[in-house]
Amino acid sequence: MNRGSSSPSAAANYLLCTNCRKVLRKDKRIRVSQPLTRGPSAFIPEKEVVQANTVDERTNFLVEEYSTSGRLDNITQVMSLHAQYLESFLRSQFYMLRMDGPLPLPHRHYIAIMAAARHQCSYLINMHVDEFLKTGGIAEWLNGLEYVPQRLKNLNEINKLLAHRPWLITKEHIQKLVKTGENNWSLPELVHAVVLLAHYHALASFVFGSGINPERDPEISNGFRLISVNNFCVCDLANDNNIENASLTGSNFGIVDSLSELEALMERMKRLQEEREDEEASQEEMTTRFEKEKKESLFVVSGDTFHSFPHSDFEDDMVITSDVSRYIEDPGFGYEDFARRGEEHLPTFRAQDYTWENHGFSLVNRLYSDIGHLLDEKFRMVYNLTYNTMATHEDVDTTMLRRALFNYVHCMFGIRYDDYDYGEVNQLLERSLKVYIKTVTCYPERTTKRMYDSYWRQFKHSEKVHVNLLLMEARMQAELLYALRAITRHLT
Amino acid sequence: MEKMSRVTTALGGSALTGRTMHCHLDAPANAISVCRDAAQVVVAGRSIFKIYAIEEEQFVEKLNLRVGRKPSLNLSCADVVWHQMDENLLATAATNGVVVTWNLGRPSRNKQDQLFTEHKRTVNKVCFHPTEAHVLLSGSQDGFMKCFDLRRKDSVSTFSGQSESVRDVQFSIRDYFTFASTFENGNVQLWDIRRPDRCERMFTAHNGPVFCCDWHPEDRGWLATGGRDKMVKVWDMTTHRAKEVHCVQTIASVARVKWRPECRHHLATCSMMVDHNIYVWDVRRPFVPAAMFEEHRDVTTGIAWRHPHDSSFLLSGSKDSTLCQHLFRDASQPVERANPEGLCYGLFGDLAFAAKESLVATESGRKPYAGDRRHPIFFKRKLDPAEPFAGLASSALSIFEMEPGSGSMSWFVDTAERYALAGRPLAELCDHNAKVARELGRNQVAQTWTMLRIIYCSPGLVPTTNLNHSMGKGSSCGLPLMNSFNLKDMAPGLGSETRLDRSKGDTRSDTVLLDSSATLITNEDNEETEGSDVPADYLLGDVEGEEDELYLLDPEHAHSEEPEYVLPQEAFPLRHEIVDTPPGPEHLQDKADSPHVSGSEADAASLAPVDSSFSLISVSHALYDSRLPPDFFSALVCDMLRFYAEQGDVQMAVSVLIVLGERVRKDIDEQTQEHWYTSYIDLLQRFCLWNVSNQVVKLSTSRAVSCLNQASTTLHVNCSHCKRPMSSRGWVCDRCHRCASMCAVCHHVVKGLFVWCQGCSHGGHLQHIMKWLEGSSHCPAGCGHLCEYS
Repeated sequence: MNRGSSSPSAAANYLLCTNCRKVLRKDKRIRVSQPLTRGPSAFIPEKEVVQANTVDERTNFLVEEYSTSGRLDNITQVMSLHAQYLESFLRSQFYMLRMDGPLPLPHRHYIAIMAAARHQCSYLINMHVDEFLKTGGIAEWLNGLEYVPQRLKNLNEINKLLAHRPWLITKEHIQKLVKTGENNWSLPELVHAVVLLAHYHALASFVFGSGINPERDPEISNGFRLISVNNFCVCDLANDNNIENASLTGSNFGIVDSLSELEALMERMKRLQEEREDEEASQEEMTTRFEKEKKESLFVVSGDTFHSFPHSDFEDDMVITSDVSRYIEDPGFGYEDFARRGEEHLPTFRAQDYTWENHGFSLVNRLYSDIGHLLDEKFRMVYNLTYNTMATHEDVDTTMLRRALFNYVHCMFGIRYDDYDYGEVNQLLERSLKVYIKTVTCYPERTTKRMYDSYWRQFKHSEKVHVNLLLMEARMQAELLYALRAITRHLT
Repeated sequence: MEKMSRVTTALGGSALTGRTMHCHLDAPANAISVCRDAAQVVVAGRSIFKIYAIEEEQFVEKLNLRVGRKPSLNLSCADVVWHQMDENLLATAATNGVVVTWNLGRPSRNKQDQLFTEHKRTVNKVCFHPTEAHVLLSGSQDGFMKCFDLRRKDSVSTFSGQSESVRDVQFSIRDYFTFASTFENGNVQLWDIRRPDRCERMFTAHNGPVFCCDWHPEDRGWLATGGRDKMVKVWDMTTHRAKEVHCVQTIASVARVKWRPECRHHLATCSMMVDHNIYVWDVRRPFVPAAMFEEHRDVTTGIAWRHPHDSSFLLSGSKDSTLCQHLFRDASQPVERANPEGLCYGLFGDLAFAAKESLVATESGRKPYAGDRRHPIFFKRKLDPAEPFAGLASSALSIFEMEPGSGSMSWFVDTAERYALAGRPLAELCDHNAKVARELGRNQVAQTWTMLRIIYCSPGLVPTTNLNHSMGKGSSCGLPLMNSFNLKDMAPGLGSETRLDRSKGDTRSDTVLLDSSATLITNEDNEETEGSDVPADYLLGDVEGEEDELYLLDPEHAHSEEPEYVLPQEAFPLRHEIVDTPPGPEHLQDKADSPHVSGSEADAASLAPVDSSFSLISVSHALYDSRLPPDFFSALVCDMLRFYAEQGDVQMAVSVLIVLGERVRKDIDEQTQEHWYTSYIDLLQRFCLWNVSNQVVKLSTSRAVSCLNQASTTLHVNCSHCKRPMSSRGWVCDRCHRCASMCAVCHHVVKGLFVWCQGCSHGGHLQHIMKWLEGSSHCPAGCGHLCEYS
């Protein structure tokens, strides 16, 4: 609405967060400086990533082998901090984009665009617009959803649900898509599409969560590239102290000495470990804890005044300013807290009744062969990845922390593990981290550098990237579980 | 103790009765277990935990164990097991990691007995010791197995699998101390209950999680495992390394596996996803289930045989909230419906196939359109009345026989035996082979040999006599033979006109034959065009090749050859090897040079003097003056060889390859050569032309082929006294230190060739026996057997 009027030309490429916009409205003469950071990520100093990179031949090999773009893009550079994981990531991504599969190549990229557009992730959109054209896609489609075949357009509904409220997917949605007719999807095609959608929703989380910068060389300007390259407000990219923020400094973590913060976390972990052996919470208590965590996640973001704008406002802003709305319908549809609706109580997804290992894998592998193994390996890899370090400490068993992160993401999507004590989440994940997690998984486009910086200040950047990987995979698995469960129900 | 209980159940429940029936549960079931009296079954799930009595006509709910106002997660069961010794004792595994035991003998409404909260993650499986009353084992997602003594408050011992989550634990039925556990990463471990520090044995059984395992109730060492990779494997654990003895491929990941009582090779499986049926497999027949129960509408989660000694009652619980009793006699049996199918090609072009009767019927129904031309001409189709698949779904067995005379292979046999492949100068070989070919009426082949001689024999090497002899009607008198296009021009001049006509006709019929035999159903219409339109100046090779194929399918002569190569004769060289020489590469030489072999026709042919005075082409001296180097032709020759091979005449290709040796070998890639060799050798062996095939193997330069003769040349013998294998030497037994093979004639040890009678198994030195049998027909050992020496 006010893009044209308020943004100086130098910052035209960057979106403004509402806070800045407020400031701008007040004082239009403010100069917005160029972002300070270059390199693959806006959050991570360039040298952190590059340092790790130059040594790693393995990464280069992997890129040559599996990268679809044929070069070391920024995502890969950041991920290469965890080379072990990178391999399974690239392998599965390569498989779903390039190898034998039910969908034609251009369709796959278009689906990726659709998925990324749900989170206004222009980085991924640009990347796949290029790929789409390279693989022989029809340029006209890039004008928007009205130009694509009805069949692809039908995917829109499931894309929307999957991205924001996967628990709403029912077998009726699946039936509608596979119902015989002119534009029907076959089950293998649908599974392929679902895997792609989930992958790119999750990847968008990673892109925003790690502040991935746009690719340096905009040599291709085919007219379909989006002008707004990223959503980071300049205030985020600049140093923290540029804009005074009362709500942040006022919150519980602002003043605490970061070092003792880490110590405290370690202390809590140790205590939990010991506690578990002797004291056992009652069943009612466990259930309450899950519900509490679920409910609390509700306030996590909205409690933060910095980002507490009414939904509609925010969406309007984003949609109009970014140029991605042409790939999606119903742009106002966003994440809504699972725990919010008191009256129509949605049943919790019991993880034990539909697990990835037992059920999801079998189904996905049956309909889209081999992808199951690749995804399985990726999930396993990210879940078990550890260097046994925590910031400056070594020889730490981080299993508990990783599990807490993974389960917390699932908790926000309403997936409950019977054998998990959700009290641990409360103990281990500080509020600022919860804010970050919730933002990255549910509204990734709102992630800011401040959020990224404000949690776990003592931790290394590579560890924070690890957190992002965990969040990404947990989110992907959650989406897949809901979608696959719906497909299973359709089948039975 | 176990014995006793079995007796009582056998007495008490000797007559199990019932019918196929089901009852609706309130919620999806996760597992079921049967009481030892076979009259009650417990069903457990996330929100159900009930005991049903199995009555004649229906299930009757007997007890609801899920009591209390607030449903606790402790009651959300992943697994349930009923003690096989104590009717009052049950154990459940809860999804929150708690192991609960239940005592039905408690007077209060709440039967919950003990609570073990030691596991940190979901417990996947609980298992009671089959004979010990108080021992309970649990396996959990956290990777640990725990053994509980129910008389104590906490676990007796903890076993760490050191790998991922435990999916199943099962006490061995026979070994008191042993239990097996399966893991999410595909491993199976064997543990001794007394040694919690490390497992006795570990092996990878599946690719991906192993969801279940079951010990064979009778066979001590057999363990069946089922995994996400859709396989059921049966392992023999008695050997040093676990050996896979059977493997059944199912269509979905295997969730449960249970051996069928009283049927040694039967096991029941149900799947985790997608597939709702229960299958009973005969592990010896891994492709078709022996029985199939199709009652459930959602995945089956628990199966149990009702009684450990009754094979006909199977109980099952399912996600569709039903509990079923299946009767084996009501099962659908896919085997009954499956038609035996098969297709086999006989040596002499016969073809047999078995297929569903209706399919055959439609096929013969189509015959008027497509088949009427080919069946009467080339095949006799007869329906075999003696169905070999009696008792199964009926399939028609059809056999297509070759019309006698339509596809004789005699030319192949003759050629193989008479060709000379080595041992003489190239020119002689070519001439000899050309002569052989001509005598068999294969003019184009003969022509090829002659051409080869001309191309490759430089003037200095060719004996002048040959040149002088070559006077024929095709002589082009001094015209220099330049290169390939001459071949074409010469074709009408060399092969007489009538012959060419004949070959045209044959070509056509041959094409028909091949089409019909290869595809059987699809019948192309291009036969006429192919046959009749052979142009006058058709490339020599083309006509030639097709003619060859015609012979390829001619059985009549081949039949007559067979008796010459019966077993006894062939057996000699083999035995000679066993006793005589240590295995090694020299064998080859020995074998080929042994008198028995060299007496064969093939060798005789190669050694026989040959007159090479039949060449039809006169090669004048003028030719040599303007001669091109042989290398110039090598590409052409290679093309020619490929052409022959493609036409199905590998014989020609291989023969030329051997005869020309180094001259062409380098131009044809190793793999193609190997392929030709192996095909030719295969053909030769099918016609029992062992000697020729051996010669070919010997002469081949391809490594893969020449080592054929060196493989499995050893035949181990057993000592005639102690029946143990004799490993070091063939004539002295290491164990009993006696000489095993004594000559029946001279009573000395035979260290060389040993021949023995197949009737009475007496024998001795070859020479001695031969001599003996010249004078007497009785066995030299005096056993009274009338030995024959052939």
